[in-house]
Amino acid sequence: MNLYEFQGKELFRKFGIPVPEGVVVSQESELDSVKIGWPVVVKSQVLFGGRGKAGGIRFADDLAAAKAAARDLLSASLKGSRVKRLLVEQKLKISRELYLSIAIDTSRKRPVIMASKSGGMDIESVPESDLVARPVDTLIGFSPYLANELAPKLDLDAALSKQFSALLSNLYRLFDQYDAELVEINPLVITADSKLVAADAKVVIDQDSLFRHQDITGSYEDMTALENEARMKGYSFVELDGNIGVIANGAGLTMATLDSLLLHSLKPRNFLDLGGTDSVETVKNAFPLVLAAEPKAILVNIFGGVTKCDTVAQGIIAAKSEFGIDMPMVVRLSGVHEEEGRALLSSSGISAFSNMTDAVKKVAELMG
Amino acid sequence: MVLIDAKTGIIVQGITGHQGAFHSAEMIKFGARVLGGVTPGKGGTKVNGVPVFDTVADAMSLGPSASMISVPAPYVRDAFFEAIDSGIGLVYVLTEHVPKHDELDLYANAKRKGIVLVGPNGPGISVPFESKIGIMPNHIFRKGDVAVVSRSGTLTYEIVRAITDAGMGESTVIGLGGDAVVGLSFLDMLKLLGPDKSTKSIVLVGEIGGTAEEEAAEYISKGFDKKVVSYIAGRSAPPGKRMGHAGAIIMRGRGTAESKIRALTAAGVAVADYPQDIPALLKQ
Repeated sequence: MNLYEFQGKELFRKFGIPVPEGVVVSQESELDSVKIGWPVVVKSQVLFGGRGKAGGIRFADDLAAAKAAARDLLSASLKGSRVKRLLVEQKLKISRELYLSIAIDTSRKRPVIMASKSGGMDIESVPESDLVARPVDTLIGFSPYLANELAPKLDLDAALSKQFSALLSNLYRLFDQYDAELVEINPLVITADSKLVAADAKVVIDQDSLFRHQDITGSYEDMTALENEARMKGYSFVELDGNIGVIANGAGLTMATLDSLLLHSLKPRNFLDLGGTDSVETVKNAFPLVLAAEPKAILVNIFGGVTKCDTVAQGIIAAKSEFGIDMPMVVRLSGVHEEEGRALLSSSGISAFSNMTDAVKKVAELMG
Repeated sequence: MVLIDAKTGIIVQGITGHQGAFHSAEMIKFGARVLGGVTPGKGGTKVNGVPVFDTVADAMSLGPSASMISVPAPYVRDAFFEAIDSGIGLVYVLTEHVPKHDELDLYANAKRKGIVLVGPNGPGISVPFESKIGIMPNHIFRKGDVAVVSRSGTLTYEIVRAITDAGMGESTVIGLGGDAVVGLSFLDMLKLLGPDKSTKSIVLVGEIGGTAEEEAAEYISKGFDKKVVSYIAGRSAPPGKRMGHAGAIIMRGRGTAESKIRALTAAGVAVADYPQDIPALLKQ
């Protein structure tokens, strides 16, 4: 789960990582009582990257300019989404900008510290030669020697190296204690008076760890409304830009179903994995999500195991009558109780295939 | 033998749960030596005719060498540490949604103690009809010489069933888990299956995310004398979206299906367009 910059900075403060003085406002009038020194930077709180280029960051020298910036940012939308909050911070006097992050390296299966002396820009565009990746031994965790190794590669003098070591130690504690998938400071600013300050904060918390972080109230604003609804209902669902609705079971099989459509130049409207269920209701209630995405046809692809084919058939029949589905629907049932399932469907006038490739061909045929 | 055989003694941590009880019964029907189970507070009872203990330490009296962990995600870390601290040599974690930092700890400690960790979030290991850990449906298998190594569950059954229907059979079928940080990798499995006399050919069922398929391809390209074919799921997946599995995500341009298919093809591995095409590729 992605945290907003202001939430990330609250965590930074809690862990002793220096951040600029600032406040969060959601209305222009709230700026009247803001007591930080001028000039300020007014930053839109959004979850996607590249907000600076999109016009989501403004500078202001006085209250009037800050209010004008706030009015603009709060009334406009940025990359299609409304900006609800602004972070107003004291503008830093910047000497240099660095990059620093800690992430999980899934190939090496351990944490990795990434640092660069070229910060402030999109990290994708930082030349490989300027980026240092230092894997961390999980069982050791952070120890100051790691900062001592990295500091010279960032051209830090003795005083800054000392600050860097403390900052990295605190950032690692945050990464560790809050089950972060990523903690990123870009840029990590060296101010004109030689202080290290985190000018931005990107924190991604592992969704599966939230049971032990009750204090984290994140946001799912980077998901679509339909994806959020599906998440609440317990389905694994991703909206895509095609026109064939898909319901399948198992993440791998669902992906394979989408891929098979693509081989016939058909584009899926969604990814929906039923998971391991044997409930008629769970099958039935998946349909409104797919129907809300307004596909041209629906493909249901089930390999029955724990999820039995006759249960799925009953769910499909119930959905068809309850939601009045009249668009073309192709069903493939294979595995446990497949004959019973296909018999149930055919008595309800729904044709079902046993082979996935045949079912996909049928969809292609229907779509002409 | 690869990982487990008819002699492997298995305990189930979480045997009294719905999934633990149902699937341990299916494992016994398949031929597995399920010796007993562990559920704190349920010691002294029986499930499927085998004894339940409060701790793994108590269950060690049965002489198990493998454990299947089927406990809720918040308890996986403790269950795993209990297993490896008691002397279990192979741990299979079925549980989905285990926190990633716990998975890092599982992996690092498995390495430290020389334990085989498989999963989390996998469907198990099946050696027809000698032994089984996990939840794969019993009826899809036939004894044979094809090994299947996969990051998926249902898609694995689909492919195993296609192999069986085509008149062939399986030696070892293993799910590695759909999470971003899992124990055994494709590369580890190739090293184990290379010298395995009961395996003549290998199917790698991969998906988007990570670099495990590319690492396997590099190993094969240096000379591997068994036939390897593959299916990769996620050609149609957009970058940055998690496709169901925690590990199935294209990040920073890494982990695309194209990259994996390119690496495997260059290593001489035939990659199927549809899962159902796997048997034909095996017969070629």
